[in-house]
Amino acid sequence: MGIEDKLPSGVLLTTVEGVIGWLRQASFWPATMGLACCAIEMMAFGAPRFDAGRWGQEVFRASPRQADLLIVSGRVSQKMAPVIRQVYDQMPNPKWVISMGACASSGGMFNNYAIVQGCDHIVPVDVYLPGCPPRPDMLIDAMFKLRKGDVAHYPIGPDRIAADEAAEQAALVAPSTLEMKGLMR
Amino acid sequence: MTEPSSADLAEVKAAASAPAREVTRQGMWGHGSGDTSGYGGIVRSFERFPRADRPYGSYFDEIVDRLHGLLPGMDLEHVVVAHDELTIFVPKADLLDVLTACRDDALLRFEVCVSVSGVHFPDMVGEELHAVYHLLSITHNRRLRLQVTCADADSHIPSSVSVYPMTDWHERETYDMFGIIFDGHPALTRILMPDDWDGFPQRKDYPLGGIPVEYKGAVVPPPDQRRSYS
Amino acid sequence: MTDESVGTVYVAQGGDWDEIVRAQADRGDETIVINMGPQHPSTHGVLRLILEMDGETVTSLRPGIGFLHTGIEKNMEYRTFSQGSTFVTRMDYVAPIFNEVAYCLAVEKLLDMKVPERADVLRVLFMELNRIASHLVAVGTGGMEIGALTMMTIGFREREMILDFFEAVCGTRMNHAYVRPGGVSIDLPDDGLPRLKGVIDWLHKHLWEYGAFCNENPIFKGRMKGVATLDLTQCMVYGASGPVLRAAGFPWDLRKAQPYCGYETYDFDVITWDTNDAYGRFRIRLAEMSESLKIVEQCYDRLEETTGQPVMVEDPKYAWPAQLTVGADGQGNSNEHIKHIMGESMEALIHHFKTVTEGFRVPAGQAYAAIESPKGELGCHVVSDGGTRPYRVHMRDPGFNHLQAAPAMCEGAMISDVVVAVASLDPVLGGVDR
Repeated sequence: MGIEDKLPSGVLLTTVEGVIGWLRQASFWPATMGLACCAIEMMAFGAPRFDAGRWGQEVFRASPRQADLLIVSGRVSQKMAPVIRQVYDQMPNPKWVISMGACASSGGMFNNYAIVQGCDHIVPVDVYLPGCPPRPDMLIDAMFKLRKGDVAHYPIGPDRIAADEAAEQAALVAPSTLEMKGLMR
Repeated sequence: MTEPSSADLAEVKAAASAPAREVTRQGMWGHGSGDTSGYGGIVRSFERFPRADRPYGSYFDEIVDRLHGLLPGMDLEHVVVAHDELTIFVPKADLLDVLTACRDDALLRFEVCVSVSGVHFPDMVGEELHAVYHLLSITHNRRLRLQVTCADADSHIPSSVSVYPMTDWHERETYDMFGIIFDGHPALTRILMPDDWDGFPQRKDYPLGGIPVEYKGAVVPPPDQRRSYS
Repeated sequence: MTDESVGTVYVAQGGDWDEIVRAQADRGDETIVINMGPQHPSTHGVLRLILEMDGETVTSLRPGIGFLHTGIEKNMEYRTFSQGSTFVTRMDYVAPIFNEVAYCLAVEKLLDMKVPERADVLRVLFMELNRIASHLVAVGTGGMEIGALTMMTIGFREREMILDFFEAVCGTRMNHAYVRPGGVSIDLPDDGLPRLKGVIDWLHKHLWEYGAFCNENPIFKGRMKGVATLDLTQCMVYGASGPVLRAAGFPWDLRKAQPYCGYETYDFDVITWDTNDAYGRFRIRLAEMSESLKIVEQCYDRLEETTGQPVMVEDPKYAWPAQLTVGADGQGNSNEHIKHIMGESMEALIHHFKTVTEGFRVPAGQAYAAIESPKGELGCHVVSDGGTRPYRVHMRDPGFNHLQAAPAMCEGAMISDVVVAVASLDPVLGGVDR
């Protein structure tokens, strides 16, 4: 634990959070978890037209130890699931997960014996990105939402502990999707 | 001679020798219900792999005659000719001899076994599992299909790896998906499913395995439990 | 340095490989077992290579596949024949049109159906553009894996032009579901031909760059010449096809030998090389891109001539009824079609309903259709039992056979050659695992 975790909660911590959050979102390295068709669009995301290098993201780290972000892009088969979990576990905190594409988010069109119905069965997901496959523009949008949202405002130290507790309390009372009512969208 | 090509299937007399190959289809509506449309009464039946009569046409006679010449006494009478393709049903005990003849004989010269796959017909009792071998002759630019049947209870077929090494993984996949055990295969293990998986997924008695999609009070059943229109 | 008495620690995951590793550790000899696991930066997909290495040399290579097994073939048994196109297209996702064409050719064989001429031309156009796109991915990722990052960036730049054209015609950049049994789903848009001209001009302007960067590059030649050799006998043993077989000097191309979709009427050459190695396969892919561009130009001329002709069979019981267009709220059926089925023709409404929900019936039987995909022979075996859903669909993917040959290419070579070997085979794990 670094010095930032020993700061008392307050204005100073919030300022440090802001600075560190800005640094984190400016240098946000994805790990390669390109599985299927979405991986090709993810490669196009790194290619010149959609240029992830504008935000320092064209370096897809092969080693999870060096990565902040796991983009699960493609269908997760039963055989691949333990591998994804192991790669996720090897990533150091803080880490985020984008579930890219319909197959990664929910099993997509493959509602069968071989595909895990959503990688959120295996890893906690921060941003779900629909599409089959989503255009690289959509991946850019998901990245922006993640970076400007979760990453830039990632709480540290005592704030982190408080945020975790609040999230746990919310999850305990959250309704399942089946119980939610209202319009589908 | 090719089987009827139009979409309307006429009633076909069931082949006396292979009643298991007959498929019966009923109309979509009115099975025991109060349907008054009359469509529920249509019953169509046809044979799955109808034997063709000589002459088969194109290069098919040549191949069948050559095989009969090389392997006299072998029962290669079940020949199906349809859609410009020749299918020969081979008894499984004779499979390796037939494959060797196909590969080595100069007039046949099927150098490549393009794929080996399985099909499961649970209603063809005694012949439920079929292994389909597609052969390609680059020299003569011809294709041939060999089909081998075996029963669920005794799902062993000789392995063709000794004749066509390229069928190694194909046979592993057929084993993985259908449970056909290829005797003589160097390393018959699962290839697509995890090593400790139970069951053989592409068999007809194995469920599709989907889960219902539940969202905001609506439940969409998995594909194998939805309304079927046929 | 580790103390000899402590021994080395191996970590193994899943299945039966831990027995092998334990035996390996007990043997105590010099080879180590390395897992080039399913997640690795080589973008050929989720392929697991278990290497036994003696220093830098690979003594044994075993590919482990199945990490992308999706059960597509079983899924298709619960969908209509037209919907089969959408499933099959996701197998070899780098060259999706080829999966669709192989499947539709097999289904049309069962239906004894001939598609209109313009549909054939559109199929050939899409196939050849997709061949260029697929070779660009192969060459781009292959180059990236050996360090030539520019190959990746320029490869994807060209690919974007092609994908833009695909998007303009059928709505999606990848996984098009464009080729359906009976023809293709939709005709070119009004600006389709000018767009195609733009793509052709762009490719003419830029396709020479790949060769210029790499053909005489000493690093490229050093990494690829003499590496991953698979001579003609070995190709025949492993059932290799496509660029792998043609690199051994054998001019076998299904577009010429067993033509389909009217390929016998197009003027193009079959490219071979004589060195059996990864360099030969690379040169073949570059040259095939130029040949494909030639075919695309011929398609352009034919599309000009056949403007206005149907792209789907006339028979209303089989033709996919809906023509999509960009409507007020997104994409939907074109207004003419809605007017026709709601206002003008009851039969058209019935046919639309029945074809979309129930699907058309395909007579019982089985058919195998093989086409020349950028990777090799792609075959589709369809078994029908007279219903509206396929009874069994099996795709024979070229990568499946080629990966079997990977040990033959790599054992005895160095580990850096393994990367080049797999890249030169160009397997797409979606097709291999299905």
